[in-house]
Amino acid sequence: MTTRISPATHADPYGWLLTIAAVVVGVLLMPWTSASLNIGVACAVVGIGSWFAARAGAFKNDATISGVVCVVSLLLLVFVAYPIGRMLLAAFIDQNGAWGLGNAADRFFNADVWGTGCITGNVRCGVAINSMTLAVLAGGLSTLFGFALALLAERGARRNKVWLRILSILPVVTPPFVIGLAIVILFGRTGIATQLASEWFGIPRSRWIYGLPGVLLAQTISFTPLAFLLIGGALRLVSPTLEEAGQVLRGTPWHVFRTVTWPLVRPAIANAFLLGFVESLADFANPLVLSGNFEVLSTKIFFAIAGAQQDASRAAILALTLLLLTVGVFALQQKWLGNASYTSVGGKGDNGVPAPLPQGVKWGAIALVTPWVLLTVIAYGVILVGGFVKDIGRFDLTPTLAHFGTGFGFNFDGGLHLTGSAWDSLFTTLGVAAVAAPLTTAFGVLAGYVVSRHVFVGRRSFEFLTMVNFAVPGTVLGVAYIVAFNVPPLEFTGSFAIIVLCLTFRNMPVGVRSTIASLSQLDKSLDEASATLRASTSRTFIKVVLPLLRPAIIASTVFGFTHAITAVSAVIFLATARHNLATVYIAGRVDAGEYALAIAYSSVLIVIMLFCVLMIQRLVGTADLGRRAAVGT
Amino acid sequence: MKMTNLKSVTLAVMAAGAFASFPARAAEELVVYCNVQEEWCRPMVTAFEKATGIKVLMTRKSVGETYAQIKAEAANPKADIWWGGTGDPHLQAAEEGLTEPYKSPKLAELQPWAVKQAEAAKYRTVGVYAGALGFSYNTEELAKRKLAAPKCWADLTKADFKGEVQVANPNASGTSYNMLATLVQVMGEDKAFDYLKALHKNVNQYTKAGAAPARAVATGESMVGITFMHDAVTQVVEGAPVKVVAPCEGTGYEIGSMSIVKGAKNMANAKKWYEWALTPEAQGIAVGAKAYQVPSNKAAPTPAQAPKFAEIKLIDYDFVKYGSTAERSRLLAKWDKEVGALPK
Repeated sequence: MTTRISPATHADPYGWLLTIAAVVVGVLLMPWTSASLNIGVACAVVGIGSWFAARAGAFKNDATISGVVCVVSLLLLVFVAYPIGRMLLAAFIDQNGAWGLGNAADRFFNADVWGTGCITGNVRCGVAINSMTLAVLAGGLSTLFGFALALLAERGARRNKVWLRILSILPVVTPPFVIGLAIVILFGRTGIATQLASEWFGIPRSRWIYGLPGVLLAQTISFTPLAFLLIGGALRLVSPTLEEAGQVLRGTPWHVFRTVTWPLVRPAIANAFLLGFVESLADFANPLVLSGNFEVLSTKIFFAIAGAQQDASRAAILALTLLLLTVGVFALQQKWLGNASYTSVGGKGDNGVPAPLPQGVKWGAIALVTPWVLLTVIAYGVILVGGFVKDIGRFDLTPTLAHFGTGFGFNFDGGLHLTGSAWDSLFTTLGVAAVAAPLTTAFGVLAGYVVSRHVFVGRRSFEFLTMVNFAVPGTVLGVAYIVAFNVPPLEFTGSFAIIVLCLTFRNMPVGVRSTIASLSQLDKSLDEASATLRASTSRTFIKVVLPLLRPAIIASTVFGFTHAITAVSAVIFLATARHNLATVYIAGRVDAGEYALAIAYSSVLIVIMLFCVLMIQRLVGTADLGRRAAVGT
Repeated sequence: MKMTNLKSVTLAVMAAGAFASFPARAAEELVVYCNVQEEWCRPMVTAFEKATGIKVLMTRKSVGETYAQIKAEAANPKADIWWGGTGDPHLQAAEEGLTEPYKSPKLAELQPWAVKQAEAAKYRTVGVYAGALGFSYNTEELAKRKLAAPKCWADLTKADFKGEVQVANPNASGTSYNMLATLVQVMGEDKAFDYLKALHKNVNQYTKAGAAPARAVATGESMVGITFMHDAVTQVVEGAPVKVVAPCEGTGYEIGSMSIVKGAKNMANAKKWYEWALTPEAQGIAVGAKAYQVPSNKAAPTPAQAPKFAEIKLIDYDFVKYGSTAERSRLLAKWDKEVGALPK
């Protein structure tokens, strides 16, 4: 009898469509490699297997959920657990190629890694301590700024909205190195601001920017928009009905804010901090340009692999350290959020207008946001100008188009010829991003949905697997992918597919986290109402949950797209002559000290990404729920 | 219902599989990992394509990245030729059997140091250019502070240059490891480490990229930078107020090398490139590419701006000893512990 009311016994066309679509897309994406076929077949087999498993009673007889969980698990195992596990095993092999735990322990508990000499004495601190300090500061500051921005954008006066949005989206579409370079050009010892300060106020020119302050500055500018996107999305989902209820009960604006709004956006705040923290740990480009003698894990790992040391074992130990830090924060976040309910969008009508911000909060937010905005505007001014002048690093402001000519030159000598050296990498990069972004979102939202709405065996491990790639340093991930996917039956090395796969699974966590954050605010009774009306799980997902997840979908797609374009350390080893990438090209320019060409290329990328992000937002639509849209127009 | 679904899945997979199984491979190609600057890699590729009609797929990376990549790909190599980049990783790859032994008939035309490099690697690599280590200083900054121009390694530890010297971190950069090994050979190990400890007080930043200090000197970010001399020459040619110095005590040098990847898919074409890259014509491309290294073919034109090896006190750099994994790990670990960890 029980099978009769379970969704699996109903015709469930959507579930099958999802599985088929996943398989077909997966296979089509990876032409030219037989490995893609192997993966496609494996997915199909697992998908079909999971269907029978569901028939047999697993996953509460829900074929859709079992299909999604099994297929996504398979992909996570192949593209996350396997390469990374294999790479990390190197930690237990010493330089002579012998296995040993002692060696690993020795290297792990080293003053190099965990030393706190900079606090107690005047020796330098361990690299893990440095990274952690930086990550806590960058995560905290970017969350703070992101929260302030989100409050002003979602709850402040309307006139703020447009330019706040544009400003906050700029850093998201900014290629790596650019912020770092702009900061060097502004605040370096011969930087513009430094020169002015020296001439006007007699402040001696110093190199204070190289080290913690510079990296922190660059990371705060870079990560704040991500926090803004996450918290803004959650804030939009806070039902104004609750805030109105607070007002009706004669709560002061401050009281309503503190007891209603704040607790409801807490999950988003925690997620924003987690992402900021993890991004800071993984950030490679900013420390590369700015860290000076302040060593952090990401660059240290890179140079353990590609520097003069060439020590894979050391790299693996440091990578393990980085993973542990991330897992630690993840656990803390779980503990902080606990099991409280953050549901605020229920099945009942949603007819509120958001409460205005308390004056104190509003002015506080404005005071916080203003310096961030100013710095961002100035930094982008430098980038804007930098591409069009001879050499901004040397203060040579002679206008020129030479940099664009080198990169994007073309002529019409009997048809269009693209003679610039940057064209190849530009086209490949855009192709990669166009394929990776929807995949990132699809996997991210599906995984986030099953994790937060369904109970199944191994759910925690599943959730953890979706997050791991984000925590693994890009360099390690890149090398891990080469080593893992270099021989049949999974031979992807040197293909377009390996870049897409690497970036898809690397950026997926944002989709997962933003989906979980959004879903924690959507009452489960919505799903239940749909199920009671005999809709299948997949139908419920598509018709009820998905439309409510638009903010998460936008955040994830935008992030997947822009980060596919701007990733550096993960793809530095995956880019080939056939498939060269924009950031690898730019990294080469920065390496050679050609800031102007790097900046010129970056501004082209910015324009393209801005355009695409706006298109994505238009395509997916905005996420106005309830009456707010009507009020707005 | 379910049978239809099963069928459609299978059909979709098969259709997609059929679509996916047309590999695209041109007949005549060559995959090159190039480790010098893009401006030099590109004309090399174009000239080779023009001379042979072979399509070249070139990737430019740093030499350390390339070494790591070739090692990771060893089970199923993707590259054919590894051209350029400082010699140590080439020697290490040779030591590990990642590259193919090949004895070119052109060896007779090469400078002795290039041949020595080949012999050291049992013909798994060969020298294509050389560059001497040195330092450069910013003439404007020096004049502003009214300091005497530094001429020797010893000058760089003077109190005048406190916080004014930039050099790469030897753990990150082959250039800087070259300096470490050079100093050990010039002064002896103990004295060299004393020197490095003294220098540490004057270093404002250990950069990651070997050539970065040359750029910092050009913009005035740092007064003095220790790099390969040709990197500093590039800045001089660009018009920066920079003077390049060959240290009076003597200095070491790098041998930019070339290797054929073992198990290369296009072995015949790889050998064609190898032979071609050792010709005077191919090595002459460097001049137009603003690369001021000394070419390895005796008949190749040396750029006018290139540091003259005859005028530099060059040491007899022991590439075999200081290129070996054991010695390098030992020296780098010692530097990190005794110098890098010191407070400023």
